[in-house]
Amino acid sequence: MALVQQSSPHAHNARPTSRVMLWVILAAIPGLVAQTVFFGWGNLINVVWCVVIAMAAEATILKLRDKPIVFFLKDNTAAVTGLLLGLSLPQFAPWWVSGIAVISAIVVAKQLYGGLGSNPFNPAMVGYALVLISFPVAMTTNWAQPATLWAGAPGFGETLATIFSSSQTSVDAWTMATPLDEYKHKIASHTAAEVLEHPTFGDLVARGWEWVNLAFLAGGLLLVWLRIITWHIPVAFLAAIAIMSLAFGYNADQYAPLQLHLLAGGTMLGAFFIATDPVSAATSHQGKLIYGAGIGVLIYLIRTWGNYPDAVAFSVLLMNFAVPFIDHYTPPRTYGHHKPRRGAPGKSGG
Amino acid sequence: MSQLWDFAGGVHPAEHKHQSTSRPIRAAGIPERLILPLQQHIGEPAEAIVRVGDRVLKGQKIAEVKTGMGVPVHAPTSGIIDAIELLPVPHPSGMADWCIVLKPDGEDQWGEHQPVSDYHKLEREQVLDMIREAGIAGLGGAGFPTDIKLRPPRDRKVETLILNGAECEPYITADDMTMREHAAEVVAGMKVMAWILRPSRCVIGIEDNKPQAITAMRDAVQGTQIEIAVVPTKYPSGGEKQLIRILTGLEVPSGGIPADIGVMCQNVGTAMAVSRAIFEGKPLISRVFTITGEAVRQPGNFEVLIGSPISDLLVEAGLQADQLNRLVLGGPMMGYTLTTDTVPVVKTSNCVIAATAAELPPPPPEQPCIRCGQCAEVCPMELLPQQLFWYSKATEFEKAEHLNLFDCIECGACSFVCPSSIPLVQYYRFAKDEVRTQRAEQLKSDRARERFEARQARLEREQQEKELRRKERAKAAAVAQAQKQIEAEQTVAQGDAADNRDAKAALVQQALERKKAKTAAPPEAIQQTPSQPANKTDIDALEKQLMQAEAKLNTMQGMLDEAKAQQADNVDKLERAVAKNHDRVERAREALTDAQKRAGAEPAPQLSE
Repeated sequence: MALVQQSSPHAHNARPTSRVMLWVILAAIPGLVAQTVFFGWGNLINVVWCVVIAMAAEATILKLRDKPIVFFLKDNTAAVTGLLLGLSLPQFAPWWVSGIAVISAIVVAKQLYGGLGSNPFNPAMVGYALVLISFPVAMTTNWAQPATLWAGAPGFGETLATIFSSSQTSVDAWTMATPLDEYKHKIASHTAAEVLEHPTFGDLVARGWEWVNLAFLAGGLLLVWLRIITWHIPVAFLAAIAIMSLAFGYNADQYAPLQLHLLAGGTMLGAFFIATDPVSAATSHQGKLIYGAGIGVLIYLIRTWGNYPDAVAFSVLLMNFAVPFIDHYTPPRTYGHHKPRRGAPGKSGG
Repeated sequence: MSQLWDFAGGVHPAEHKHQSTSRPIRAAGIPERLILPLQQHIGEPAEAIVRVGDRVLKGQKIAEVKTGMGVPVHAPTSGIIDAIELLPVPHPSGMADWCIVLKPDGEDQWGEHQPVSDYHKLEREQVLDMIREAGIAGLGGAGFPTDIKLRPPRDRKVETLILNGAECEPYITADDMTMREHAAEVVAGMKVMAWILRPSRCVIGIEDNKPQAITAMRDAVQGTQIEIAVVPTKYPSGGEKQLIRILTGLEVPSGGIPADIGVMCQNVGTAMAVSRAIFEGKPLISRVFTITGEAVRQPGNFEVLIGSPISDLLVEAGLQADQLNRLVLGGPMMGYTLTTDTVPVVKTSNCVIAATAAELPPPPPEQPCIRCGQCAEVCPMELLPQQLFWYSKATEFEKAEHLNLFDCIECGACSFVCPSSIPLVQYYRFAKDEVRTQRAEQLKSDRARERFEARQARLEREQQEKELRRKERAKAAAVAQAQKQIEAEQTVAQGDAADNRDAKAALVQQALERKKAKTAAPPEAIQQTPSQPANKTDIDALEKQLMQAEAKLNTMQGMLDEAKAQQADNVDKLERAVAKNHDRVERAREALTDAQKRAGAEPAPQLSE
């Protein structure tokens, strides 16, 4: 009788990584639908394109690294990286811009650092930041107008052709400055009421953007409810933006108001889908609160006083840098100890 | 309803308890062979006090712990001692240990046993002795000898006595069924413990998934001050530290014991054993044991004799051998797999799971950790399992220890939820073992260093003392020399000047003879040489010789000790050299004494060796 030998525990009830990632993908669908409804086919095409490139890049580098390809592709993490880039990039970003973003995310930020679980920086945000710095024009002028404004909104074929053509001649007619961009650049010389007359703001907060953000919020809450992410990072992230807006931006004639910060740009996508990437985020609850709050503060600072209208990528990457430091000082208090054992071995008891 | 607290983390594994609670506790038969390990719990192993071929009666003591922590072993039935040999025992390593093998004679004949009806009339020490003599060690887990546990440190007063009936591990129902069917005995045992400890609060903690046990226990505690606390089902609520937190809101300090915060936990099975030991005079020779899993047709609880081989019990529960894939002793969260079913049930065994391949499938292959933190969410000790894993894997044990590696109770909750299927607990066990080994080695080398340093200090001290003695001797010799000079001068002054030349010639002659003798005889033969009375110079020379020999012996001794400390291969040679030098010193000393005797009236220098 050959009895199986196994170390305890013998029971398992894990949600495998592949399923966790699948839930992340599913939770992003409402946001993608909202993007497609309000901004056309661009995001959907980007998502498909980015996912395909991400999987191909992952497979190639896994082969070069002599790792099991199917085993790792099945974990769906490359697909999530592609998805997040597809959701974040401008709708009419040319194919090579998104391609470079994805390849640098997968190859450099993820695999060259050791692959899944070993990357100190959020791969999608590395890719995003890289193309944002390298191709600033392509990354700022290709944001689609809200679809409700388009007279001759481009169909699927036209969008596809625009993204994959070598020259983007027709794109100007379909694009528009984003609400955050518009507000940032006009408020210095105009009053809030004047700035808000621009069609990009619409009747509510930021035409189309508000619904996209609310859809990502809904998807994010689903992830929290499913316990795929904890509430700590998104709550600290959003709370920090809110507190900063109330503290500094109470005067709408000077700085963008709170509702614009929360419901325009990549706020909700960043709070629930990007900052919560566990590999590059802080570990303990306390650490997550500090990490999330740090991102929120940085987003506000860069949006308000920096050069960029939005700042999720830079803020996340900057806080990624701080993660080892945060983790070092925020271990939880263990049962039976008076206080947490912070810092390095050999110091402080507990 | 007393106040309850919550503990951090925890998981809700599928319970699988109904399988083994549908039938009442059955008496397992007397197997053909009973295997009684001499060590059934932590502490010292017992020593057999019977010989092969002896006939023993049921309940007769067959092994005893004479010194140290431990309890005796008793014959679970009457029969003949068949062997005392090394056999596989229940242990994660599958190791063999010394066991007494008893061949039952089928008569099940009791030896003498003396029940006590009113223990209140006894001294507490007498009751504790009865508990010890009944061979009771905790039936819940590690099996700490119960009488020792019931003697908390003098400066610790147990204010709360907890009976652990949580039984949070899936599958296991031994405590559940014990409480359902033997509630009165459990309560009686608890009363004995309470009488010994005199706590201000007695509470029995039971998970809310055992309604029948709760009802039975509530009935049994009617009219007593014992509380029944129904605690929410959450693994591992039955962990001692977790149950204490739930029932008292207190935490056992890291590295401490519950008595440090005035709490003591006992298992319900232990309470029943105490009750039987006192009121029936019966030692711990059987226990309630769960046999379950999908590979047995009639899972359930059995009253089994200690020492019954698992194989016999599986047959009794209707084992389908072709279905059996994994045998787990204990529960699915903390139990360990058995390599063989020949191992016996011991005092601490509570359950065996005969699992099919579909029931407990092998875990999927390990993937990289994605730091998702699920493990930290469920850790009941509020550790950072992923960091501990990282440091354990990287063998950075110092950092793992800093993150409280040794507070891990190995409950398995982290592995249970890990999406990357990482065997986390195995990594922690590895790290703990490595740290323990390193510590043991560190202790060993520290001791060796201390010994070496002490020896160096001793040698130095001895050297100094010798130097001091040498100086004293030199001083005494100088004094003697001066006196001799004075005497000689006096002689000259007394007018022996005429004989001066003769005397001088005689002295020269003497010196010549001495020199001749010296060259003729090697230093070893000194004592044979001077036939004529020795004089002062002779003694001085001998003294010098002795000192030299002593110094050499010292050096050689030092070299030898060092060689021994380093286990060098020239130890033998040095040993011979030391012996030789020792002889030389002895001879030199004898020669000196001899010379001094012969010197007669000459004032002998102060020699003390």
